[in-house]
Amino acid sequence: MYAPYPENMMESIKKVEASRAARMATEPRRLTAEEKDALLNEFHPDRKPDAFAEIKIGPNKGQKAPLELAKMLHSTSRILNEKIDLSKVDYDVDVLVIGGGGAGSSCAIEAHNAGANVMIVTKLRIGDANTMMAEGGIQAADKENDSPVQHYLDCFGGGHFDAKPELVKRLVMEAPDAIKWLNELGVEFDKTDDGRMVTTHGGGTSRKRMHAAKDYSGAEIMRTIRDEVINLGIPVVEFTSAVELIKDDKGQVAGAVLLNMETGDYSVAKAKTVVIATGGAGRMHYQGFPTSNHYGATADGLVLGYRAGAALRNQDSIQYHPTGAIYPSQILGALVTEKVRSVGAQLVNANGEAYIHPLETRDVNASGVIRECKEGRGVEVPGGAQGVWLDTPMIEILGGEGTIEKRIPAMFRMYMNYGIDMRKVPIVIYPTLHYQNGGLEIDGDGFTSIPNLLVAGEAAGGIHGTNRLMGNSLLDVIVFGRNAGKQASKKYKEVELGNMNLDHVQSYDAELKAASLETGEVSPLLLPKYARHER
Amino acid sequence: MEKMVNVYFFGKKYSVPASLTIMTAMEYAGYTLKRGCGCRHGFCGACATIYRIKGQNELKTCLACSTQVEEGMYIASIPFFPTDKRVYEIKDLKPNQQVMMELYPEIYSCIGCNACTKACTQSLNVMQYIAYAQRGEFEKCAEESFDCVSCGCCSVRCPAGISHPMVGLLARRLNGKYIAPEAEHLTKRVEEINNGEFDSMIEQIMQKPITEMKELYNTREIEK
Repeated sequence: MYAPYPENMMESIKKVEASRAARMATEPRRLTAEEKDALLNEFHPDRKPDAFAEIKIGPNKGQKAPLELAKMLHSTSRILNEKIDLSKVDYDVDVLVIGGGGAGSSCAIEAHNAGANVMIVTKLRIGDANTMMAEGGIQAADKENDSPVQHYLDCFGGGHFDAKPELVKRLVMEAPDAIKWLNELGVEFDKTDDGRMVTTHGGGTSRKRMHAAKDYSGAEIMRTIRDEVINLGIPVVEFTSAVELIKDDKGQVAGAVLLNMETGDYSVAKAKTVVIATGGAGRMHYQGFPTSNHYGATADGLVLGYRAGAALRNQDSIQYHPTGAIYPSQILGALVTEKVRSVGAQLVNANGEAYIHPLETRDVNASGVIRECKEGRGVEVPGGAQGVWLDTPMIEILGGEGTIEKRIPAMFRMYMNYGIDMRKVPIVIYPTLHYQNGGLEIDGDGFTSIPNLLVAGEAAGGIHGTNRLMGNSLLDVIVFGRNAGKQASKKYKEVELGNMNLDHVQSYDAELKAASLETGEVSPLLLPKYARHER
Repeated sequence: MEKMVNVYFFGKKYSVPASLTIMTAMEYAGYTLKRGCGCRHGFCGACATIYRIKGQNELKTCLACSTQVEEGMYIASIPFFPTDKRVYEIKDLKPNQQVMMELYPEIYSCIGCNACTKACTQSLNVMQYIAYAQRGEFEKCAEESFDCVSCGCCSVRCPAGISHPMVGLLARRLNGKYIAPEAEHLTKRVEEINNGEFDSMIEQIMQKPITEMKELYNTREIEK
């Protein structure tokens, strides 16, 4: 018998197998609104008060943020005691894009095409971003039984009615054009022979509008737009991190101080408009969760935007993706795409029960997994942690032999790498820190309250309310990235910069001191502290 | 007590837990990674690595994030590889054999050694997708190269100097843009939106009070 797991797990699998036929005959019931609320209240990590701290200074003073983010907001600027000569300008551009992921790259392409002199700075390489790791797909209401209005309802309701309507409107109304734009750049979407997009459900969608490129959807998008950035000759300054924004004496944003990650040298970028597209925060490991995020996801943009006076929104709302890998340990926290459930796998507890509908929204399904484990219906993995089963063999039964390799090849590869054949046995999962639902607040056109400062992608707040749906993030980075590029390249033409300064860094520090905040840390974090040192 | 193994980073010996990946073992040893670390989950190709196990002849390639350490591994990461990407305007290209001859003529110098395929960290049949590219069979090249993460291990080993990931990328873009049939429902929907057909409906739903939105949301019909 094929037994890639320890004995206790194989025993549990017997129950999963025994109940499979019966489970497949009936679809698990959807929860009522009241049942969802109760589940979230009791088990969602966002509802744990002691995991949050009050922000003591700045535009969101008095509001809550995750402890780790609050600490960064309460920490000292990296350049407080550095002599940065702003009269020596190393780069002078119309549009400065901070971040080389999906939002930054699509922003740069649109800005370039609109005639702006645009430059990307990025902490690691262009494409080292959460966009590259997005697996499942991208939403757009382009089928006959669907409409942007239906997409609006799913997005706004799925986000608990906390999103900004003008942002949701832009997201859903520009979604089909985003797909078309990508397709015309050469992104390969899954299609049938007659060209129709293959679309599936995601958690919380009422229509099948998830477009995908196998389970490399984000990678396929990212590598294509990265290629386009290079073809267009847009300058990309890699291994260079923005560590503070620069403002001018009119209070406008005027550029950024950059840090060469390898040499430690600073440089100055002057810009008429700045777009923060720095992505998420998974590597902050809120509440000790493992993460599905890339190495550089450390909330840098939130910190430097906040210090310059831009407000945050929904900064206390974090997405834990219900299905992160919890075994084997080598892939702890890695994303197991929601598409695994879209193509048929159920969530099943240690007793073999499909305890919830597999396509509830992410916050609800994550809470469900946590409940099963807390109440003793989890599967124990080596090391003592618990998870629940994702019954992947169902996919092959439903879709026919070969479906897993065809539709979710990355998942198949990830597990086969450690000898686990998900066609034959289920895999075990637990929520992983996946996404910051909030971020720096933007208006309908992508601007913050600081003149000429825009935000796009995961760093922006207000689009998804307090829970994002699958496929709305890849969509968000393209829609709001493109929009930021277009808006910035209109805006810069009317910008007259005054004298550049870093006064806001000094005054923020004075506020920190006045509030007696001393964390002993500098921020932004830039890279997680993973190196182990014996002394 | 955790089982430990001895590995050698750039020739220097470290004792690390046997359960770690090469990447986490480097961090265990005290390295703060800047180069050679990206998504950490096998999608970005930043962590291309070469190693040889002491006493064995074969030189192996892998992704540091997705490979477990073994006793006696001599490990060197590849911080950067000068891939030779050609610049083009995708809208000016035509999906024919001529494109590859002009942009990546070195693919016709392939000597069939198959070192690229052996080096592939994704277990792709790299030499085969280059053969498809040579013949202008972009749909097949796109499919065969689809799971490429552009780590560049193939190119490192290629005696003909081919930048395989770039060839696959071009084939996929040509296939996605020109060869795969158009999604007519998508084109139609974009036109409808541009014609303002959803404007009044979206304005209406935006104005609805939350109580009404909740009712609409909680009672919406879900496609089977």
